[in-house]
Amino acid sequence: MTSRVLYIAANTFREAVRDRVLYNLIAFALLMSAAAVLVGTISINIERLVVINLGLTTVSLFGMVIAILIGIGLVSKEIEKRTLYTVLSRPVRRWEFIAGKFFGLSGTLVVNTFCMAVGVFLSLLYVSHRFESGDRTVLIALYFIVLQLFIITALALLFSSFSSPLLSALFAFSLFVIGSFAEDLRGFAKMAHGIAGWLASAAAYLVPNFSALNVINQAAHGQHVVFRLIAYNTAYALVYSVAALSGAVLIFERRNLK
Amino acid sequence: MTLDIIFPMHAIEILGLEKTYQVGFWRKRRKQALRPLHLTVELGQIFGFLGPNGAGKTTTLKMLMGLVYPTSGSARILGMALDDTRMKAQIGFLPEQPYFYDYLTARELLRYYGQLSGIAAKQLNSRVEMILEQVGLRDAATVQLRKFSKGMLQRVGIAQAILHDPKVVFLDEPMSGLDPMGRFEVRRLIEDLKSQGKTVFFSTHILSDAEALCDGVAVLHLGELRGVAVISELTENVQGKVEIVWQGSSIPEAIPALGGDCRCVGQTVRAVVREEKQDQVLDILRRDHLRLVSVVPVRMSLEDYFVARLGKNDLGEPSKAPPKLNSFSMAGGNRNS
Ligand SMILES: Nc1ncnc2c1ncn2[C@@H]1O[C@H](COP(=O)(O)OP(=O)(O)OP(=O)(O)O)[C@@H](O)[C@H]1O
Ligand SMILES: [Mg+2]
Repeated sequence: MTSRVLYIAANTFREAVRDRVLYNLIAFALLMSAAAVLVGTISINIERLVVINLGLTTVSLFGMVIAILIGIGLVSKEIEKRTLYTVLSRPVRRWEFIAGKFFGLSGTLVVNTFCMAVGVFLSLLYVSHRFESGDRTVLIALYFIVLQLFIITALALLFSSFSSPLLSALFAFSLFVIGSFAEDLRGFAKMAHGIAGWLASAAAYLVPNFSALNVINQAAHGQHVVFRLIAYNTAYALVYSVAALSGAVLIFERRNLK
Repeated sequence: MTLDIIFPMHAIEILGLEKTYQVGFWRKRRKQALRPLHLTVELGQIFGFLGPNGAGKTTTLKMLMGLVYPTSGSARILGMALDDTRMKAQIGFLPEQPYFYDYLTARELLRYYGQLSGIAAKQLNSRVEMILEQVGLRDAATVQLRKFSKGMLQRVGIAQAILHDPKVVFLDEPMSGLDPMGRFEVRRLIEDLKSQGKTVFFSTHILSDAEALCDGVAVLHLGELRGVAVISELTENVQGKVEIVWQGSSIPEAIPALGGDCRCVGQTVRAVVREEKQDQVLDILRRDHLRLVSVVPVRMSLEDYFVARLGKNDLGEPSKAPPKLNSFSMAGGNRNS
């Protein structure tokens, strides 16, 4: 990795901050405080369940929306506005640009998720006045959410390297939804036969497996997550993101700028 | 590293660069934006790339910068291929109607570009401040670019093109959008670059700028190279004709009879005649008591050359008819510069 990738990443982060992307945290803070106070008044021993479920789901959704909305514009906006001309006429390779954009947005999402995670733990502390050993699963769930965000960022970059922002957003959102049911899809695919079955399993294994990356329920119930799943999911997210990014680079390398 | 890269022979060598766009909904129609172009620019030259709108100037520059890929052909800059990052560290580029990250200030943008160009962290600050001063943006250094006027953006564009002290500078219409003072400053800046031994390759419609600045020019029309000329040879080229100007509005009949091309402009008459007829015409003026204003040998201007090249028919023959003055006026074109 070159220093140019880091410079581009840093600039992408700066752009997101100046475009007030992190303002979503205010909405998140308000939501979590309201939820914590509300649940705290009811107090029928489901406070933890509600706070964790609501908190993590919101963390994931907010992250997804930001990843997709910004991700689809990372490359296309620069082509459209021709800000790329004065970048690519410098000693910057096209893959370095894509990598820098990916790390920049990923960094933004990590910072954003971290802030929201602090919010989740604060509300947890507010409703139950202590942490439990089961809360470790909350950390793992947050880690998996970040992995999902990496994958969707890479996909958004891939789509935006060949299609319009609107279509890219549509593709990315669809994949997010379908990917959340990936396990069910794999189950269905096994039941089909012949070419249909073959196609169905190909599709089921091609979409990002977000259901394996979703352990919000386990976290809410304080269940443990086996280490094997952490290792498997990490490797999966890495391979999936790199594959999507390679596709984006391959397409972008050949592209004539407007 | 080959010797050619350490001591390149030419600044720019364009070897049959060609670009065909596929246009229309099905990309069926073909639009030849640039026919195979061969052109060499020597080190240390200021070279003007001229042509009317749609001639293919920007297309050529975009291919040289690696922004669009040629349909065929190749080019070398400083002896290196177009995708060579060592070469890219040594060139600067000002795009047509430049646009930059508008959430950055001028200083932040230049710092970022300096980093991308590989300027050492220690020199970055002083270099950025120096360039801001040079393009007259020191007072606007902390303003976000979204609040910049068109001419200010053009100045930022020029600043980022010369920021990293490149050996070859490519400028796509550097004067556009600038006020008269700005244009003057850019002309000075280009001259400064030359005196520092840099090569400048710039496209323009403004022939007077090209005539005043360039060592050489190429004329492009409809994607085709119509001519390459050395400015000093061009303008020293006396055409064996003189222009005689006298006061009044009467044209003695004998002068057109000598083959003189006479025009009455306000209270003066201008006649262009062959050199050998000069004395006869002067005798006629003396006889008719007309007051002589001037006798000047006719030189070819860049505009004459430009117009003649555009009029050239597609078979490659220069047109026989002499260019009609002012029949084709380019923005800012001025034959008396
Ligand atoms: N992306 C594109 N797709 C299709 N045609 C294009 C594209 N870009 C340029 N062209 C065509 O190529 C030709 C040359 O365009 P180019 O921009 O190089 O001209 P130019 O010499 O820079 O003109 P100007 O002086 O107006 O800037 C034009 O006819 C233009 O319509
Ligand atoms: Mg142009």
